[in-house]
Amino acid sequence: MKKNKMVNLKINNQPVSVPEGSTVLQAAEKLNIHIPTLCNHDDLCVAGNCRVCVVEHKGARTLLAGCATPAAEGMDIMTNSLKVRNARKHVVELLLSEHRADCTKCYRNQNCELQELANEYSFGDHIFLDLVGDHEAMIDDASCAIIKDDSKCIRCQRCVRTCSQLQKVSAIAVSGKGSEMKISTFHDRPISHVVCTNCGQCVNRCPTGALTEKNYIDSVWDAIYDSGKHVVVQTAPAVRVALGEELGYDPGERVTGKMVTALKQLGFDSVLDTDFTADLTIMEEGTELLTRLKKALVEQDKETALPMTTSCSPGWVKFIEHKFPEFLPNVSTCKSPQQMFGALAKTYYADNRGVDPENIVSVSIMPCTAKKFEANRPEMRDSGYKDVDYVLTTREFAVMIKQAGIDFRTLEPSGYDSLMGDSTGAGVIFGATGGVMEAAIRTAYEIVTGKPVPFDNLNITPVRGMEGVKEASLKIEGCLKEWSFLEGVELKTAIAHGLTNANKVMTAVRNGEADYHFIEIMACPGGCIGGGGQPIPTNMTIRQSRIDAIYEEDMSLPIRKSHENPEVQAIYKDFLGEPNGHKSHELLHTHYIERVPY
Amino acid sequence: MMETKKISKVDLIFEDIDPREILTRVKGMSATEIIEEVLESGLKGRGGAGFPTGMKWKFCSEEKEKDKYIVCNADEGEPGTFKDREILDRVAQKVYAGMTIAGKAVGAQTGIVYLRGEYKFLLPQLRAELEKFHKMIHELGFDFRIDFRIGSGAYICGEESALFESIEGRRGEPRNKPPYPTSSGLFGKPTSINNVETLVNSVIILKYGSEFYKKMGTQFSTGAKVFSVSGDTPKPGIYELELGMSLLEFVNEFGDGDTKAVQVGGAAGFCVPRKLFASTVIGFEGVPTGGSMKLFNSSRSMYNVLHNYLDFFNEESCGQCTPCRVGCQQLLKGVESVKRGESKSTYIDELVKLAATMKVASKCGLGQSVGNAFNSIVENFREEIIY
Ligand SMILES: Cc1cc2nc3c(=O)[nH]c(=O)nc-3n(C[C@H](O)[C@H](O)[C@H](O)COP(=O)(O)O)c2cc1C
Ligand code: SF4
Repeated sequence: MKKNKMVNLKINNQPVSVPEGSTVLQAAEKLNIHIPTLCNHDDLCVAGNCRVCVVEHKGARTLLAGCATPAAEGMDIMTNSLKVRNARKHVVELLLSEHRADCTKCYRNQNCELQELANEYSFGDHIFLDLVGDHEAMIDDASCAIIKDDSKCIRCQRCVRTCSQLQKVSAIAVSGKGSEMKISTFHDRPISHVVCTNCGQCVNRCPTGALTEKNYIDSVWDAIYDSGKHVVVQTAPAVRVALGEELGYDPGERVTGKMVTALKQLGFDSVLDTDFTADLTIMEEGTELLTRLKKALVEQDKETALPMTTSCSPGWVKFIEHKFPEFLPNVSTCKSPQQMFGALAKTYYADNRGVDPENIVSVSIMPCTAKKFEANRPEMRDSGYKDVDYVLTTREFAVMIKQAGIDFRTLEPSGYDSLMGDSTGAGVIFGATGGVMEAAIRTAYEIVTGKPVPFDNLNITPVRGMEGVKEASLKIEGCLKEWSFLEGVELKTAIAHGLTNANKVMTAVRNGEADYHFIEIMACPGGCIGGGGQPIPTNMTIRQSRIDAIYEEDMSLPIRKSHENPEVQAIYKDFLGEPNGHKSHELLHTHYIERVPY
Repeated sequence: MMETKKISKVDLIFEDIDPREILTRVKGMSATEIIEEVLESGLKGRGGAGFPTGMKWKFCSEEKEKDKYIVCNADEGEPGTFKDREILDRVAQKVYAGMTIAGKAVGAQTGIVYLRGEYKFLLPQLRAELEKFHKMIHELGFDFRIDFRIGSGAYICGEESALFESIEGRRGEPRNKPPYPTSSGLFGKPTSINNVETLVNSVIILKYGSEFYKKMGTQFSTGAKVFSVSGDTPKPGIYELELGMSLLEFVNEFGDGDTKAVQVGGAAGFCVPRKLFASTVIGFEGVPTGGSMKLFNSSRSMYNVLHNYLDFFNEESCGQCTPCRVGCQQLLKGVESVKRGESKSTYIDELVKLAATMKVASKCGLGQSVGNAFNSIVENFREEIIY
């Protein structure tokens, strides 16, 4: 392998040596010299358009964008000269002049990159004229998931790069030029009426409050304070490994027990776990997969769609509805864990607790903005009511904790309430890319062979990790009699996270270049731990910390296989009958809709 | 004291010559010989930035890639410039010949003419000429083909890297530099992008030799240049003049006797007031121009002139970078606000500082040049702007 050539340069008179191809910004980082940035984001390609990171290269006619300029031999860079400070101050002032700085009313107050820069570079009177026009006309709040407020947009195009590169969706793009330039949609339609998957990755990368989730905090408070309502809450697996970041912990801290206590203190009537329905999903989806395999392999049924793909990521579901509608029969009919939970909360749970489902308000805490859209899909009313009433992101949940004056750090951990509160390690790992696959294999393999999966500690490492597309195959041997048709079959799987990778896998399937049986797809990079509703910032390192925490949580639990979850066993015995049975089909399965590709 | 020349009209660009003869000779030359000749001539790009053409070709020729491109920049969007249209209309074969020479020099087999959308009407005639030309160079044994791409009416697409983006089917937004086009241009391949007129100049140089060429113009601005003369002049039109004359000479020739200022180089250029006519050299050592020369007489309101330019930039900025997108709006709204008496007259000084920031902090030549017109007009006509 070619050895990386090093280049030597000086920054603020300090010598530094970096591998060829590094940027000036990276060279400065190596010296612990901070250059402010705005349009730059670790997950995205370089844009170099905000010009906040300008630096002076002695002798050069213009300043250089630190993020976009390759470090070169002999450079003499100043990051804080008078020329740089003056320019940077102007840039920040200009951004402030096109931004509606209603900080105290803004959802991103105190976690806003523009605000931070303003604190450093702009105090006292603003230099320039205010350019924000009629801001009411600039807000698109028609979507139940994502609000776009152009009056707060500073045109850094992080969202555009996210949507096109990371997600291959391109729901938002730049339109117009000069003073008319803005971030827009197809024909400037509302976000709710274009190809947007509601994944919220743009929200997570927006430096200001221009893109936010629609927040339902007040509606949830209203329900809690309404004594006639019985408010149940479910928490997704990925929330427990990220919530801490909003409350002053380092990334990767597991706060499950304290989180449950906080929810109880907020006044929820019952604190339950989405992990429970994650385990249920494994039972339903695993059975569905085995049934499809049987139909295809034994009955040679040409109608049976394989590969089967997962359906628990609502961003992915909307993506395939828009972009690969011919493959909708391949999507598992299982509802996502959130929606299974919702349907059961107003039936099974209501019956059991003797509460009129009419009076149940079902809230879910999710790492995800697409879940808000999912909860509002017209199909999601199989209980006879809206199955999930309100979806809050991890961020909104943290706001409630702060509003309630809870001192999170000093909380005593507690456990989930019963009936739908038992979780297994298999349910927990749903939060990480590869997790659904791992959980499914842990259970399906054991159903088929009667033996645990042949991996150390049940850890199916080939399906783990941050690679965009992972492939794994498992030879099934020693089948029980009723599964003998699977004897010797090599189960081929693929796992993709981030919609660009999903697009890759589906394109391969469409072109007949892949012969998978089962594909796990999560819309967000890293899986749900990197969801659009997670704490800001999220980046590669932070995603990795959250994933590590997910697997720690898995290892810490006494039960690590979905089919061993006692509450899951109980619900089949008392209510559902059997996986994929009549009742399951009524409550836990759904169908999809073909949508236009733009 | 800078060297200035008397005004001197020449007729080289539009001269009717047979490109076959020159190309036959070029066929026998090595790439190095061509580049040496062009370097020696001192030719600098006629598209505005004034980069030495020989150097550009040299850098591009040194790249190891197999696929390279020659792009002819015929986007001509600078207000008050119409010389490239005239060249394409009258001597297209010479433009193609220049591209072929450049192709031989840098080792490219493909040439693309990026034609301004408004010039589409020329296309049938240009294609007919091209067909003849392709036949000829095929006979001469050149392995080179030229094709057209049509712009869509944005000024910014004349900026080289935005032009590449546009050809590649994306929004015309300038790229970060480096990398420069000579190492990574169109489709990421080494590219020499040259203005229409620059390419024709290379033909002139190879026909008459660099010695002849250097005799025209000055040490820093060799050769002649096509000027588009407009504004308050009795003689608007296209003129080919040696570089290096003083602006006074120019105004004496083209003015109406009442010229108070000349905008040299279009919206991106400088406004020179009467008191500086004598000391201003038109050329790379003085005030460079892509060709636009617009004269203003005393009946003109310089506020309106400035306002027009700012309007133009406000619309034509691609909008991607902060200093230019927001800066242009602030300059425009700022002078309006001062004019209306809503902002103090000293606010103009803040705007001058802002224009200076735009010059050093903008991503591309557009934002970097807004301050030229702004500061030169405000400095020289402050009263007209404020009151
Ligand atoms: C905003 C902007 C617009 C430009 N428009 C043109 C143009 O219309 N024609 C042109 O030849 N060069 C134009 N240029 C200059 C090109 O970027 C480039 O420098 C030129 O095509 C190089 O050719 P030359 O070396 O022969 O001048 C423009 C530059 C900027 C910044
Ligand atoms: S300077 Fe203006 S035209 Fe150039 S990149 Fe910036 S916004 Fe676009």
